Amino acid sequence: MSERHTIAILLENEAGALSRVAGLFSARAYNIESLSVAPTEDPTVSRLTLVTSGSPEIIEQITKQLNKLVDVIRLVDLNEGRSIERELMLIKVRAAGGEQREEIKRLIDIFGGRVVDVTESTYTVELIGDGDKLNAFIETVSPKRILEVVRSGVLGILRGTKAMRA
Amino acid sequence: MSENLRGAEILCRALADEGVEYVFGYPGGAVLHIYDEVFKQDGFKHVLVRHEQGATHAADGYARATGKPGVVLVTSGPGATNCVTGIATAYMDSIPMVVFTGQVSTALIGNDAFQEVDCIGITRPCVKHNFLVERVEDLAVTIKKAFYVASSGRPGPVVVDIPKDVTANVTEYHYPESVDMRSYKPTTKGHPGQIKKALQLIENARKPMIYSGGGVILDGASEQLTEFGRLLGYPITNTLMGLGAFPGTDPQFVGMLGMHGTYEANMAMHHCDVLVAIGARFDDRVTGDLGKFCPDAKIVHIDIDPSSISKNVPVDVPIVGSVGNVLTELNRLLRADDFKAVDRADDPWWQQINEWRRLDCLKYDTDSEFIKPQGVIESMYRVTNGDAFVTSDVGQHQMWAAQYYKFDKPRRWINSGGLGTMGFGLPAAMGVQFAHPDSTVACVTGEASLVMCIQELSTCLQYDLPIKMISLNNRYMGMVRQWQEFFYESRYSHSYMDALPDFVKLAESFGHVGMRIEKPGDVDDALAEAFAMKDRLVLMDFVTDQRENVYPMIAAGKGQHEMHLAGDDRELA
Repeated sequence: MSERHTIAILLENEAGALSRVAGLFSARAYNIESLSVAPTEDPTVSRLTLVTSGSPEIIEQITKQLNKLVDVIRLVDLNEGRSIERELMLIKVRAAGGEQREEIKRLIDIFGGRVVDVTESTYTVELIGDGDKLNAFIETVSPKRILEVVRSGVLGILRGTKAMRA
Repeated sequence: MSENLRGAEILCRALADEGVEYVFGYPGGAVLHIYDEVFKQDGFKHVLVRHEQGATHAADGYARATGKPGVVLVTSGPGATNCVTGIATAYMDSIPMVVFTGQVSTALIGNDAFQEVDCIGITRPCVKHNFLVERVEDLAVTIKKAFYVASSGRPGPVVVDIPKDVTANVTEYHYPESVDMRSYKPTTKGHPGQIKKALQLIENARKPMIYSGGGVILDGASEQLTEFGRLLGYPITNTLMGLGAFPGTDPQFVGMLGMHGTYEANMAMHHCDVLVAIGARFDDRVTGDLGKFCPDAKIVHIDIDPSSISKNVPVDVPIVGSVGNVLTELNRLLRADDFKAVDRADDPWWQQINEWRRLDCLKYDTDSEFIKPQGVIESMYRVTNGDAFVTSDVGQHQMWAAQYYKFDKPRRWINSGGLGTMGFGLPAAMGVQFAHPDSTVACVTGEASLVMCIQELSTCLQYDLPIKMISLNNRYMGMVRQWQEFFYESRYSHSYMDALPDFVKLAESFGHVGMRIEKPGDVDDALAEAFAMKDRLVLMDFVTDQRENVYPMIAAGKGQHEMHLAGDDRELA
């Protein structure tokens, strides 16, 4: 049984640290669905959110192998508690002519998105949500109208008072 | 009082302050500043090898024989890439090693400069950790971290890549006493609750089995293991990497287990009800088919590396901690419980094991007209009183050495178990001989492995290393030939060693003693003569039976109880 897990990692913000994480996944043939990384409020620490999938045994190995990396400071499998996941998508869609522009605008409103750039023939839309919501938006817009999609990958954080700190 | 020093000098001072005895290396452009300082200092001795791979294996052998990290110094580019096999060899067997590689100057990195390679990228998958030192101010603390990471927790090789300008730049030298790394805190003490649970299983076992590996030797825990075994009276098997952790001549020792393990060890594994795995990692060469592995056993697993636990085989009671600490605690509890060791004479489980033992699975034809490789090892065992340091290369000779030389002490049996690196034996023996200059060091090899690092015979002459090379020459890559015989209808595709050199002349041309032994009746005397030459390297070329195979054997995909024995007609495939 393959399960999807979101793993949050605090990593030393050092050259090559990210390649150790990525290299681990390719070397041991683990799946990696998305990976997002940026420095935290402490510039020596990066926060990485990684989405992977595998059997419970594989997920256990993934967390153990990640913990073994000397640059990994702390790791939490967000599936083990209640957590919030968000992803940002920027999507450029064709919107030419009054009727088409109106229809797209309504759709953006329904999904709670924002138009962040406008031309005579396109809208660039910002949409935040979990992966399902972003997928639903893409599916709803006709494929012919989609010009470009860029997604941030999932970000995750635990609910409640618990905080993950270096 | 601190002083301002150049990076090259900082490196040399730091190595001396770290207590490094030997550095195995080879100079080149990117490390010329360092070698200039090596010339001027006397804090450590530098050993000039003839190929960088030899440097890594020598440092590795030194580490295996002493428990201290081996140290390597090489140049950038090909110097670094030549080290990769040796680094991977150490990584697979968790050997502490620190490898210093030169790098082109920071301004040139990424420019495809002369002798530039991405050493950090190339070595990343086969090191415990690696560092690129970008500023001379970071050099001393990085060296300290490298030694700390390499030798703590589950040990392993660490690479420190030093650009040439960093070795020229100047900063204040201070070598830290210790380092604290927030991202690296190995667990050493076992969880008391888990230890209690394990104890309960262990004390109540009816058909127990102790399976211990290289982790016991790495942690220096042979004494604790031996006491643990004696307190219980249970049968003990060792992995290829664990030989010598429990005395090989002890009646409780049932031999090595796994693909070429003894019948009694593998049968006891298969039928046991409680398996105590200690510093072993359930390698595929040990388990055979995982679906058939220890079907009736509750498994206790003690290991310092959490990722080793339940990786291949699900475990009932995992204990994360150093095996030495955990065994000390288990021994204390066993004594507190006043546990009575099993009496081998009237214990049904021991009676069963002794019945398996009576099969005498390691017997071989002792009346052959050819020299039997097993006989050479047995003779060598007698001649050296079982007290030699024995390194080996990889293949049939390695298995025979493991089966027929009884190791009573840890760190005596030195071989490449995980990676299986041909060419390991000779340079590893150099490292062992440097570590123990007055001890007998033998290298069991074959004519195929031997030539893979043959250039190191020069190093042996330069440093007067009186190693005894026991080459079991069957004119084949024996283990390849054995598999081709069993599984490829005897099509010996490219496993035949044609155009071999005259090994006697070869040894002589390197300034050593060469001997060729062709008759079974000459084996004992030749070995006695060679080992009596205390100050010479002797290369002994034993012309052995070409058709001899290693038995017992568990074929791929078979269970531990499905061994193929010598003279057995059953189908293997």
